[in-house]
Amino acid sequence: MARQTRIRTKVQDGITEILVLVSHPMETGQRIDPATKEKIPAHWIQKITFSVNGKEVAVADMGVGVSKDPLLGVKVKGAKPGDKVRVTWSDNNGESGEAETTISATPA
Amino acid sequence: MTAATKRLWIVCAALAIAAGAAAAHAAPTDDLKQFREFFKNKFPTVKFDDYADGLYALPGMDDYRAQWEALNEFPPYELGLAEGKKEWQTPFKNGKTYAGCFKNGGKNTAQHYPYWSDAGNEVRTVEMDLIDCLKKNGEERAFTTADLDKDAKARVQLANLTAAFYQLSQGQRVSIDLSKPGALQAYEEGKKFWWQRRGQLNFACANCHMDLAGRNLGGNQPLSAALGHPIAWPAFRTVWGQLETIHQRYATCNSQVRAKPAKHGSKIYNHLQLYETYLSTGLPLTAPTVRN
Repeated sequence: MARQTRIRTKVQDGITEILVLVSHPMETGQRIDPATKEKIPAHWIQKITFSVNGKEVAVADMGVGVSKDPLLGVKVKGAKPGDKVRVTWSDNNGESGEAETTISATPA
Repeated sequence: MTAATKRLWIVCAALAIAAGAAAAHAAPTDDLKQFREFFKNKFPTVKFDDYADGLYALPGMDDYRAQWEALNEFPPYELGLAEGKKEWQTPFKNGKTYAGCFKNGGKNTAQHYPYWSDAGNEVRTVEMDLIDCLKKNGEERAFTTADLDKDAKARVQLANLTAAFYQLSQGQRVSIDLSKPGALQAYEEGKKFWWQRRGQLNFACANCHMDLAGRNLGGNQPLSAALGHPIAWPAFRTVWGQLETIHQRYATCNSQVRAKPAKHGSKIYNHLQLYETYLSTGLPLTAPTVRN
């Protein structure tokens, strides 16, 4: 199945936390397949971008040290309920994914 | 010892054995009462409904509970569950869906699983019914043919689908029908497995999940109370990083006490699941969940 990118926001004390869960193997390129004795090719998310209302608020350059199916979160000040939050990522194999949500009015 | 006293001893011994056998076949309702009473006395501060939270409801599990609550803010099983849901909703080639194989379209039915089927003369689990549904509709998936003990990918696919099924019944309270004689016999077999010591560590299920519940095995395996076990599965363990079936948990539990695990989907695990689920009667289904 295609990779999933799930997004959720949480508002607390005027600070919005953006949480992203991506289904991704995050292969380091160092592991050896026990069946074939060959190295499993590296496959990891290189860049992940968070934006609020089209304005970039955070960019992460990720490495191979991040776990499989990573969960990432950033805290943003000044985002209001109703603002559009968008997250995009791309990996070393040229795959990419994105997700969008609206900050809900009720604090979580 | 005279012949008369000797005879008396033999009669006494025979009576004791007969009494023991009768006790082993106590009615399930008595077992249930005793079982609930046991946990009530063991953990007087934990209310019955709290057992729906599994081991996180027990005293002394505060750190594990904090971790669990943090995980529940964005549960990692959502990825697997979404795949299971997609599989559940996608129509077969003949246009039918999984929902057509189940009463009420699969909604609010999982609380009666596992159940005794007179037709098949066996205990049936959700997994079995899902696989049968595929076969009936001429469909094939990796998990319909694969060896689920070895093929983790196929097993997780099945676990995801089972999780989607259980989610349709979330909150329904467990109610198992043991009225058929076959069901009762399976129940007794499950009970025997539960109380039988096994493996190099010589533990029975009951040793860890009743006597030692709320403590730690080897320092990093918190032991859950048996009450509320089956309502959480399929569950996501962080050490596994994916949803898994309850049979996979039974198998790993068995290997943790260094016993040879039974096969995934084997009769004995079905019977154990029936026994355990019956003992959790009245608790609401919470699957899928995160468990340690």
